[in-house]
Amino acid sequence: MIVPIVFMAICAIGFYYSGLTFDFIFDEMFFRLSRNLVLVASLIIPVISGLGLNFGIVIGAMAGQIGLLFIINYGIGGMTGIVVAMIVSIPFAILFGYLVGLVLNRAKGKEMITSMILGFFANGIYQLVFIILVGRIIPFSNKSMMVNSGQGLKNTIDLLSIRKAFDNFIFGGMTRLPIAPLIFSGIIFLFIFLFFKTKLGQDMRAIGQNMQIASVAGIDVDKTRIKAIVISTVLAAWGQIIYLQNLGTFNTYTNHEQVGLFSVAALLIGGASVEKATWKEAVIGTLLFHLLFIVSPLAGQNLMGDAQIGEYFRVFVAYGVIGFALILHAMEKRNQIEKMDRLNFEDNKAAN
Amino acid sequence: MEIIKNLYKKIGFPRLIITVFLIMFLISAVGLGLSLPDLLTDIINRFGMNAIMVLAMVPTIQAGTGINLNLALGVIFGLIGALVSMEMGLQGWNSMIVAFSIAIPLAIIAGYLYGLLMNRIKGQEMTVGNYFGFSIVSLMCIFWLIAPFKNESLVWAMGGKGLRVTLTLEDSFGSLLNDFLAFKIAGVKIPTGLLLFFAICAGLVYLFTNTKTGTALRVSGSGEKFAVSNGLNVDKYRILSVIISTVLAAIGIIIYSQAFGFLQLYNAPLYVSMPAAASILIGGATLKKATITHVIIGTFLFQGLLVVALPVINIVSEGSMAEIIRITISNGIILYALTRKAGDTA
Repeated sequence: MIVPIVFMAICAIGFYYSGLTFDFIFDEMFFRLSRNLVLVASLIIPVISGLGLNFGIVIGAMAGQIGLLFIINYGIGGMTGIVVAMIVSIPFAILFGYLVGLVLNRAKGKEMITSMILGFFANGIYQLVFIILVGRIIPFSNKSMMVNSGQGLKNTIDLLSIRKAFDNFIFGGMTRLPIAPLIFSGIIFLFIFLFFKTKLGQDMRAIGQNMQIASVAGIDVDKTRIKAIVISTVLAAWGQIIYLQNLGTFNTYTNHEQVGLFSVAALLIGGASVEKATWKEAVIGTLLFHLLFIVSPLAGQNLMGDAQIGEYFRVFVAYGVIGFALILHAMEKRNQIEKMDRLNFEDNKAAN
Repeated sequence: MEIIKNLYKKIGFPRLIITVFLIMFLISAVGLGLSLPDLLTDIINRFGMNAIMVLAMVPTIQAGTGINLNLALGVIFGLIGALVSMEMGLQGWNSMIVAFSIAIPLAIIAGYLYGLLMNRIKGQEMTVGNYFGFSIVSLMCIFWLIAPFKNESLVWAMGGKGLRVTLTLEDSFGSLLNDFLAFKIAGVKIPTGLLLFFAICAGLVYLFTNTKTGTALRVSGSGEKFAVSNGLNVDKYRILSVIISTVLAAIGIIIYSQAFGFLQLYNAPLYVSMPAAASILIGGATLKKATITHVIIGTFLFQGLLVVALPVINIVSEGSMAEIIRITISNGIILYALTRKAGDTA
């Protein structure tokens, strides 16, 4: 619990020096929680299944963006548009998740670095498809999405037709706060909670604790791991759709890049580790991480006379907290292995 | 048939593909009316620019710490060395020698400390190294902003504080090695100094691996338990390998910058390890085995492909294709290596 407390202290100091009002922060946090929680939640299942932090949710975010491109191309707006985008993203997310799972099964013990490189690699493919192939091979009927030459999508695509549609769904008349996405996030967390009560969920937990024992107990380890990644990827796709409908504009080639980094950092700041994560940590972490995001540029401006320092500081925090968590995890694992070795050694001595 | 099979096995699938692509691009480049000597000049130049960075991967792979995804650590100290020499307003060889003599001791200290960390996280070196590198680079972004450099050509004109994003090396050691003893043969400019410097570095690494210490280092990498049973202090050799790698990265960025003509600060060192890792893997190295030959072949193929692909594709299609090829190839080859069983060639 030490990590969230440290960050609470940093946030408190930052808040004090930023000079922002409490009302402003309160509003802003509501929006940031509503648009990021599903993305952070998508990390929980792989963590518990022993796959570590799934940086591959970047690929899930791409699937979500494909769903959005679909509805914009056909001009489907409003809440209908969001639902259609979510449905369209599912087959893509399942396919991508399956492929990611296959790759990760070949890189056991190196899942985190592999999923991260996989994200970079997929980014190359994504650009290949949407810069080069669109307009040549993949037809788009909505010409306003493409650059003037008719090949490749524009850098920025307007999401006006679905902007805040989910945020204002049902509760839009009563309040301007995004109630519907928050309820949706709650449902996702409930789903994850209930999921771990099912047979499949229990299998995943068993694999997370010890792959060999799970395998001996008759669980198909590889298949179950793929399922964990598929669910994570689908959730990430939906998370990205919710995120972008709140923003209202869509940077075609950059919006997905930082998803993995920011979501993982948020989860870790909440006190999660590489092997353990719950909904509480996801919520606390998202809250603290985004609080830091709001206050640090202003605090940097007021403290050091340069807003840029605060900006760099928050990027450093994102990378630093991930690095720190990975170091702790690796040290712990190392100690476990050494302890096992010593026990084996003593057993052998006793046997002789 | 047997001979062809053996040859194929020796060359390996990734190298075969990349070579075929390189030749195809070269032919189409000539077909499109691009100047072959210019392309070759570029390839040789980029080879010299990047090869030392790729060389930095060799010691860590040999000592069993895998690909060093934390080249950024050495790069940072190389940059600091170059900055100090520029701050002092030195020119020519003096500025380069001062840059080296400041960068190398700092890189040794940093490499030692980082090596201590590596020994406590055995088995997770790549993942940790990657994020350690990212953290250092983003921390240094703050440092570049508040560092006490005063020279007017280094800091922003407005406010007189904070280093600029790109600094020209024209007045200090820009293209010093590139022009040293350079000559032209059939229209191809050979940067003798640059290639010579790489040859010296590679030679030193090669000689080192054949000394007693170097052999011990390789044995430590081949299997920890085996090495310990032979009375070797594995941790010591792992630290040594990280130090050498970090120093080479520091030297590498100074060489890279002098050929490029500019010093790049802030986020520029973030992904510095990826192309280097990709190059050595394309050259035939694995996560467990790497030699100087792998460095030379890999750097030549990877840089060659990038150089030739860029103008060809720019003619055939629009701009960003070259960047896409770079991302896909470099990350694809790292993925390929990660998913192979330990010891299999990539």
